[in-house]
Amino acid sequence: MEEALILSRIQFGLNIGFHILFPAITIGLAWLLAYFRVRYERSRDPAWLETYKLWVKVFALTFAMGVVTGIVMSFQFGTNWPGFMNRVGNVAGPLLAYEVLTAFFLEATFLGVMLFGMNKVPGWVHMVSTIVVAFGTTLSAFWILALNSWMQTPTGHTQEAGVLVAASWLAVIFNPSFPYRMVHMLLASGITAAFLVAGLSAWRLLKAPADASAGKTLRFGAHLAAVLVPIQVVVGDLHGLNTLEHQPAKIAAMEALWKTERGAPLTLIGFPNQQSRSNDYAITVPKALSLILVHDPDGEVQGLEAFGEDVPPVAPVFWSFRVMVGTGVLMLILAWGSFFILKRPVVPRWLLWTFAGFTFSGWVATLAGWLVTEIGRQPWLVTGVLYTADAVGEATGAELGASLTAYVLTYTVMLISYVVVLTHLAGKGSQ
Amino acid sequence: MSEWLPVVFTVLMGIAILAYVVLDGYDLGVGMLMPAAERQEQDRMVASIGPFWDANETWLVLGIGLLLVAFPVAHGEVLGALYIPVAAMLVGLMLRGVAFELRIKAEGWHRELWNWLFWAGSTLAAFAQGLMLGRYVTGFESGAGFWLFALVVGASLCGGYVLLGATWLILRTDGPLQAKAVAWARWGLLWVALAVALVSLGTPLVSETVRQKWFSFPRVAYVSLLPLATVAAWLWVWYSLKKSETQPFAGAVAIFVLSFAGLAYSLFPYVVIDRLTVWEAAAHPSALVFLLIGTLIVLPFNIGYTAWSYRVFRGKASGGSPYG
Repeated sequence: MEEALILSRIQFGLNIGFHILFPAITIGLAWLLAYFRVRYERSRDPAWLETYKLWVKVFALTFAMGVVTGIVMSFQFGTNWPGFMNRVGNVAGPLLAYEVLTAFFLEATFLGVMLFGMNKVPGWVHMVSTIVVAFGTTLSAFWILALNSWMQTPTGHTQEAGVLVAASWLAVIFNPSFPYRMVHMLLASGITAAFLVAGLSAWRLLKAPADASAGKTLRFGAHLAAVLVPIQVVVGDLHGLNTLEHQPAKIAAMEALWKTERGAPLTLIGFPNQQSRSNDYAITVPKALSLILVHDPDGEVQGLEAFGEDVPPVAPVFWSFRVMVGTGVLMLILAWGSFFILKRPVVPRWLLWTFAGFTFSGWVATLAGWLVTEIGRQPWLVTGVLYTADAVGEATGAELGASLTAYVLTYTVMLISYVVVLTHLAGKGSQ
Repeated sequence: MSEWLPVVFTVLMGIAILAYVVLDGYDLGVGMLMPAAERQEQDRMVASIGPFWDANETWLVLGIGLLLVAFPVAHGEVLGALYIPVAAMLVGLMLRGVAFELRIKAEGWHRELWNWLFWAGSTLAAFAQGLMLGRYVTGFESGAGFWLFALVVGASLCGGYVLLGATWLILRTDGPLQAKAVAWARWGLLWVALAVALVSLGTPLVSETVRQKWFSFPRVAYVSLLPLATVAAWLWVWYSLKKSETQPFAGAVAIFVLSFAGLAYSLFPYVVIDRLTVWEAAAHPSALVFLLIGTLIVLPFNIGYTAWSYRVFRGKASGGSPYG
């Protein structure tokens, strides 16, 4: 049972972690493509069309990866977590079904027109199809984030005969953490796409310094990041304060604060020790945590001790949070620091290498962020309603092990191929 | 209201699954036929399904989504029992989905590898779906005989998809490739006959409930129209293969629709045969009503723009470069 729980979690975590890589790009990239396409429609400048045609290839591949890994998830809800559907299916199910009905069909069908229909429909229809695809990806994020946020901060439901039933669908969808998580994720996707575009363009410029189109998209990506990252800092802070209000145990784990304190220190770095319930080799800033969280240097912050047994494992949450924030800081430095250098006609090679190195930085930050919020919710699957351990299915360790091996192999092949093809496409450029 | 809501959702789920089987069936079938074709023909075959495969697979997510929403208890039970075939199908669908994109972009032996994976993924997915069907209609009974039955159903569903794929190619291509597709369709038809016969004989053997439904008098008089119509559709495909471009595909779809109707008649009202009825497994009315309202509003739009997309891409597929 214990083994099945751990394997089920590894398998689902692996799957959902692999899946999110692709929507994290496509949600943002779809809007960039819509922008390129609209610019072309209005200016008839072939440079915009070239840009569009190059990035639509990246989009098509990324979208396909997202679709096929997403199908896996819809099945694993049932195969790995039957207890989830048995108990909260009346609330969770319709949200998922609405995602399929309103978003998936829309995206998939208009993607066909977007990819293969340029010579078959009038220009404006093709442009509208591109915008519809972008709208579809965002709508899809809306539904799935509504469900995830409801699992974090459930509202709008009642109990009937041991199962949950929605009392108000508006309260279910617009639960307390939803607006923050939605904006945070959309920005994350925009930033991920911005660094992907900048990074792959930089890669192209390293191979072909004279490619004017790649020079344009490098600057476009870098400038977009320079605008979005600071907004993300503010939204991330608001999201954190919202979490403090509704899931204080998660915040305590993120900051590795074991005891409830007035004037709590901020642990910059350290090694959370679950046994001794303290941090080894910690570097702290006195009173800073209270200042950040309650905006008062002597304010009280609840530590993990206040929540009894229902606390998440501290180290992974603490570290993931630092990876996310650290990556964000580096992104900010790069996007802002390069601003004036990018005004030069020829971008220095060291900067091109730096942008190329940051191609997938959005993945690192996004994955780390999801690890914070998902591990931070443990031991609950739905906060205060359902423990993760109570939802696990009856698949045996052998079944889980065999399928896990198959998934790991498949994902490895897919990920390597994806990155290789992307760099290959970028290396060829729009010619 | 709580009486008819589960029935409405059974019908919706049935439509979604049938739409999936027919739509993804033809593109999986085209994938399975890849090794039988020449190099340029392969590009043309892939081009014929390019604009559609994504949306086709969405029907699977809708079908499974409706199972999950409307019958949450059955969702866990069915998928739990089908754990390994489901995993195999998912790996197959993933491989073919990415191969679809990557084969266009790859060169040299990479391209050959992705072509092979496109075929292998399509075949694995189709076979696993047949296996799931075979396990499902026998109520997940254990025992070598039941597994053998499921394996044969798996192989024959592959044949069914080959039939759909081949008749799709007759519709969407011309010249030598079309002529080859006619020959492929004949093979598919023979396999389909085996599949339909097996499932028709297998289910009543396994379940007393199903036996009662088909062989009790006087019902047998009118329910036997269904198998007769299936045989008629089969003959229609066989004899129209060389005469018409549209009729073979229409006939192949008819075979699938009729077989599906037979299966639905056998199983209803069970969602897990002899164990769980649609009423026992149904979700709370609040969830069903909320979803039904949205479905009635949204589904006509879905069908509308899907039809529009098929109109945009009507006619013969060319092997030219994608994204043109």
